[in-house]
Amino acid sequence: MQPLRQFKAKSVSIPAANIDTDQIIPARFLKVTIKEGLGQHLFSDWRYTSDGQPNPNFVLNQALAEGAQILLAGDNFGCGSSREHAPWALVDYGFRAIVSTSFADIFRNNATKNGLLPIVVSAEVHQDLSQQVGAEWSVDLESCVLRDANGNETPFAIDPFSRTCLLRGQDELDFILSHQTEIKNFERKAS
Amino acid sequence: MAKTLLDKIWDQHLVAPEGPDRPALLYIDLHLIHEVTSPQAFRLLKSRGLNVRRPDLCLATADHSVPSSQAEADGRRTYVDSVAEEQVRLLGQHCAEFNIPYHGLGSEHQGIVHVIGPELGATQPGKTIVCGDSHTSTHGAFGALAFGIGTSEVGHVLASQCLLQRKPKSFAITVNGKLQAGVSAKDLILAIIQKLGMHGGTGYVFEYRGSAIEALSMEERMTVCNMSIEAGARAGLIAPDETTFQYLHGRKMVPQGADWDRAVEKWRQLFSDSDAVFDRELVLNADEIEPMLTYGTNPGMSVGVTHNLPKYPDPNHQKAMAYMGFEKTRALTEEKVDVVFIGSCTNSRISDLRAAAQIFRNRTVAKGVRALVVPGSVAVKKQAESEGLDQVFLAAGAEWREPCCSMCIAMNGDQLQPGELAVSTSNRNFEGRQGKGGRTLLASPQAAAAAAINGRVTDPRLFLEVGHAAATSV
Ligand code: SF4
Repeated sequence: MQPLRQFKAKSVSIPAANIDTDQIIPARFLKVTIKEGLGQHLFSDWRYTSDGQPNPNFVLNQALAEGAQILLAGDNFGCGSSREHAPWALVDYGFRAIVSTSFADIFRNNATKNGLLPIVVSAEVHQDLSQQVGAEWSVDLESCVLRDANGNETPFAIDPFSRTCLLRGQDELDFILSHQTEIKNFERKAS
Repeated sequence: MAKTLLDKIWDQHLVAPEGPDRPALLYIDLHLIHEVTSPQAFRLLKSRGLNVRRPDLCLATADHSVPSSQAEADGRRTYVDSVAEEQVRLLGQHCAEFNIPYHGLGSEHQGIVHVIGPELGATQPGKTIVCGDSHTSTHGAFGALAFGIGTSEVGHVLASQCLLQRKPKSFAITVNGKLQAGVSAKDLILAIIQKLGMHGGTGYVFEYRGSAIEALSMEERMTVCNMSIEAGARAGLIAPDETTFQYLHGRKMVPQGADWDRAVEKWRQLFSDSDAVFDRELVLNADEIEPMLTYGTNPGMSVGVTHNLPKYPDPNHQKAMAYMGFEKTRALTEEKVDVVFIGSCTNSRISDLRAAAQIFRNRTVAKGVRALVVPGSVAVKKQAESEGLDQVFLAAGAEWREPCCSMCIAMNGDQLQPGELAVSTSNRNFEGRQGKGGRTLLASPQAAAAAAINGRVTDPRLFLEVGHAAATSV
């Protein structure tokens, strides 16, 4: 996992609320046994028409979305199934941060483990941001601030442990495995 | 200090406590595994040269990608494609490599992961249970803290038998009164999700309690806990009681003899203290609940079968109505149904099949309707066949298929065609969940069977000789 500290990138918006993981990546693409290359299936049912052609009405197929790395999405993003294929697909497509008024629990957990930053903002800030999609915003995880195209700064909260892992590009397994003694003691007590 | 059931289970599993800068490390007693969310985790383990710490605490089965069609004459099963077949093969290989108990196709214990766990008695009160699957909340029906995790976390649990977690908040959902005749556990949970909305439960663990919950059978409790996640909750819990112990007694993986008595003694301590404080509470009355169906594109959008569809100006509501093609629909009972699916980890157990069969018996599926009945496990299938339920379904013109997730998730080729309308006993009505362009109405097995017979959405009480039903139906 690459460390994530700060970056500046173009934004794009999918304003619908409750975007579930079946929309982010439909289940028929979950038969693979690897996690690479799933970006091609991201939002597949919205992105492609029934004959497999790009749907010109879907925002990711429009010129303004090209190169966008920040996704502004509606409330309760990532609800539904626990599939980590959802953040895998978003990251593989090129997204590095999702901005919403709230996230589903499992999605948020899965996202940070893959270097994808979930940023929660208030409804007012969300409204302001939606007026300037397409513009470049900067994300600063060191100071936990999102800076929009007008220079407005919005602080955001993130679990301190997830933040540390993201900043260091560190995966959580090493941290867990550093508890060998505690785990052994627990097992001894329990048996 | 007074403790909730959640507090008690949580405290008993703390390997390392939570701090401001770190989540708690929680010990996991049972790790359920299926083919879809595990291959990348096993790959991670192998790439780092790690072993599975406690294969004896794992239990694997194949359910999502396996076919529901019968075996060919030579015993082979025909998969939807080679990718699905490879995924299932790989699960078998990984389980063999790491010594994990695996109930794949051909095993008498194969089935949907959330059906076989309880059936085998692997699911027990007070356990922490995880699976790379959001409907792991099902197992909370036994008073186990059970929740879905992502594939990275599947890897963590395989390697360490532990999980990093922040403690969720507690939410008491008290259901007083009694479910009326013809109203099922599915209707109850749909009504709860309707009240809370799709993320009213985010960050919480539900504890269902009250007279209506206590009166439920274990299978009904599983239906309720199963859909906790659809209101955003991490997990759903029901304190274990005599109903729980009776269900578990004598099952394959529960303690036997004196150990059983000791276990029950321990399990009896698993309840929320009477003065325990919950972070949130909701109280509702079961008497007021009627058969429910969803009409929109998330499980929170549901309506009583005798009611007209609500109309809201909200753009998300409008979007859902446009997808469903219900802009002009007054009531769901106007809608012609193309497919009926009875199955999934929500409603594929023997009592669900009995409830459906009661309506199918001596009746015929309406012309033009495809009805599929997919038992949740090999054991459920055998039991149903021994009771002759398969013959009831087949005589009515429904399909009797092999155990798996089937059209709940449409990974194995069982799917809706674009535009088709299904009444389904599964748990998600998201756009395209049952096949691209397909439209899903979630309902109880009774309501699904009634729709199959009438060819349109129908109040199941009409078929059940429930006194007042005729008066309230259109
Ligand atoms: S039946 Fe449906 S919800 Fe349940 S585990 Fe299978 S796919 Fe998931």
